[in-house]
Amino acid sequence: MDLNYSAEELAFRDQIRAWLDANLPDDLRRKVADYERLSKEDLARWHRILARAGWVAPAWPREWGGTGWSVAQRYIFEEECGYVGAPPLIPFGPTMCAAVLLRFGTEAQKKRFLPRIYNGDDFWCQGYSEPGSGSDLASLKTRAVRREDHYVVNGQKTWTTLAHYADWIFCLVRTDPNVEKRQEGISFLLIDMKTPGISVRPLILMDGEHEVNEVFFDDVKVPVENLVHEEGKGWTVAKYLLGHERLTTGRIGASKRELARLKEIASKQMKDGRPLMEEARFRDKVSRVEVELTALEITNLRFLDQLRSGRVPGAEVSMLKIRGTEIQQTLTELMMQAVGPLAQPFRPLGGAGDFDEFAAGLAPRYCNFRKTTIYAGSNEIQRNIISKAILGL
Amino acid sequence: MNFDYNEEQQLLADSVRRFIRKDYDFESRRKIVASAEGWSEKIWGTFAEMGLLGLPLSPDYGGFGGGAVDLMSVMELFGEALVVEPYLATVGLGAQFVARAGTAAQKKRILPRVVEGKLKMAFAQTEKDARYNLAHVAATARKAGGGWQLDGGKCAVIGAPIAEMLVVSARSADTGGISLFLVEREAKGMALKPYRTVDELRAADISLKGVTVGADALLGKEGAALALIEEVVDYATALLCAEAVGAIKYANDATLEYMKTRKQFGVPIGMFQALQHRMVDMVISYEQAKSMACLACTKADAASDARERARSISAAKIKIADACRHVSQESVQLHGAMGMTEELKVSHSFRRLTMIAQQFGDADHHLERFAKA
Repeated sequence: MDLNYSAEELAFRDQIRAWLDANLPDDLRRKVADYERLSKEDLARWHRILARAGWVAPAWPREWGGTGWSVAQRYIFEEECGYVGAPPLIPFGPTMCAAVLLRFGTEAQKKRFLPRIYNGDDFWCQGYSEPGSGSDLASLKTRAVRREDHYVVNGQKTWTTLAHYADWIFCLVRTDPNVEKRQEGISFLLIDMKTPGISVRPLILMDGEHEVNEVFFDDVKVPVENLVHEEGKGWTVAKYLLGHERLTTGRIGASKRELARLKEIASKQMKDGRPLMEEARFRDKVSRVEVELTALEITNLRFLDQLRSGRVPGAEVSMLKIRGTEIQQTLTELMMQAVGPLAQPFRPLGGAGDFDEFAAGLAPRYCNFRKTTIYAGSNEIQRNIISKAILGL
Repeated sequence: MNFDYNEEQQLLADSVRRFIRKDYDFESRRKIVASAEGWSEKIWGTFAEMGLLGLPLSPDYGGFGGGAVDLMSVMELFGEALVVEPYLATVGLGAQFVARAGTAAQKKRILPRVVEGKLKMAFAQTEKDARYNLAHVAATARKAGGGWQLDGGKCAVIGAPIAEMLVVSARSADTGGISLFLVEREAKGMALKPYRTVDELRAADISLKGVTVGADALLGKEGAALALIEEVVDYATALLCAEAVGAIKYANDATLEYMKTRKQFGVPIGMFQALQHRMVDMVISYEQAKSMACLACTKADAASDARERARSISAAKIKIADACRHVSQESVQLHGAMGMTEELKVSHSFRRLTMIAQQFGDADHHLERFAKA
């Protein structure tokens, strides 16, 4: 048993680290470090930098731009990006839509979409959730009716992350409402966001930010060549994406960085003339989350090790999602607690605020991170998955 | 990076598993626990035959020179079976002191007998009011007639009534430092008050009144044993973490099985989502505990950097203590009233896990050590 990376893996990590250090622009690095909102252009810029290096989609087959890295190298790359504080690579195109196209897409679809995804020419979003169907995805009602060479789509998607940036949306739609099982009669469509009849309305979350949207479809014409896989087999596609290997879902690298940040903040905050970090009650909370993160990192590496020897982790990934998001939430909560009363200011009235803007950003960040245990299959849904797939209940 | 046991470790695990299936099921354990001695000579003899007693000891004394990771699977399986024989006290503590600090003569005198199963040991360290502070030693050692005279009291010495030889810590009158001494259990002046522990091990409180031992009883350098004690207790803690993982596995397996068979309202209780999610959290606790046991065991050997070792093993013990508490409590709750009964093994794993959570320091103790290391 050896918990350490091999010499080659360490050399690879150092190479990635050095590259990130040299290529992550200072202004983006600062924005991420200060928890500032990233614009579409910020995200696109980082995407293009990675594209130039050939690192947008390490997991793709080589012919489409993949790097041919091992699973361990892919893991190291993603964790290092998180650890250094690089802007996120928005997964809807390069990770999710691409995975579907590579598995189910026609050659023509692959040629049409993959290069544009790779180069960042198209920004994608995901059209899954609907007002009445959140965790119960198969209850979706957005309707697509075939008319000769196109579908006519009517309905509504919601919680659509970054739809206001998106050029394309991949959608689950109902093509057949008269089915015995709700999982049947669902299809997977690729829809150009510029198509007439699509409108996007922002949903402002409690941190005051615009991140998610409602997307309305009103007689939207979608060419049949934009159907992925067979009509009525969309659930198979959705399930494939759900079970798609996501060993970085624990976000260990990013949480390590946040933990270091938390310690830094708590060391500067004073309580009764001593750094807060030296106060036993607070320090123990920090230690506990550090221990949980250490355990999750090792658990994550154990799953990775299993994958390497051919055992594909399935529902184990759900464990990483559950604990990883709980850790992220604890870290944001402790940061907010660390600055105490300084967390209260939100927006200045009139001119510039006369308060510590970094500290003031911590409460909205805490608010924002409540999403992590809800999105991408709520943690309760993850528990259902483990219960069924691992425990056989 | 590699989390699998190597081939030798797997073979060893397989043979221990076979042995336990054959000779250490819950009924056999129940008989051993109910016996006057509280341990089985036959089982101990099998440990010796299988080479388990010499696993971490040098081949010079008949051992196999294994590291903590080599003992990990053994400890996990012992944890699963709730083995009560004083393996940790002898192999994880007593013999480790001798192996790490003994003179050539001491090693030659003691270690082969441990390997052959002829000598069981225990570590007499804890004192009243010491809690988990290893530096809190009030028992005294005075030079007397070419040897030493020991006085004081020890408590909750696991395995003491079964051991033939104890490693006793005492503070030197001359140097003020802590020293370790090899003391025969039958030594004059040493009196044991034996008892069963909550988890059905045998332990004793010990009083030392003018116990005289020879010069060759001093283990290691006089007055300088604290670092060694920390090191060996860390080693034993890592093994205990592995044992906990096994006991947690048992509690989880038994609970899951119960959820699939026990019916209420006409269906197996495993159909209820309120219970399913709790079971899932127990499984996550197991995986996280297992990860930390891996970390602890890879850092527990003598060559490890002391600070790194202390931090890793304390981190592991924090997680393990939390997992022990979580899984033991939930396993009883999900078993309902049946889980409360002496009859079910899950009430025994409950007790073992409860004691492991505190042995060598509870989560609070290790949180403090983790932050200060």
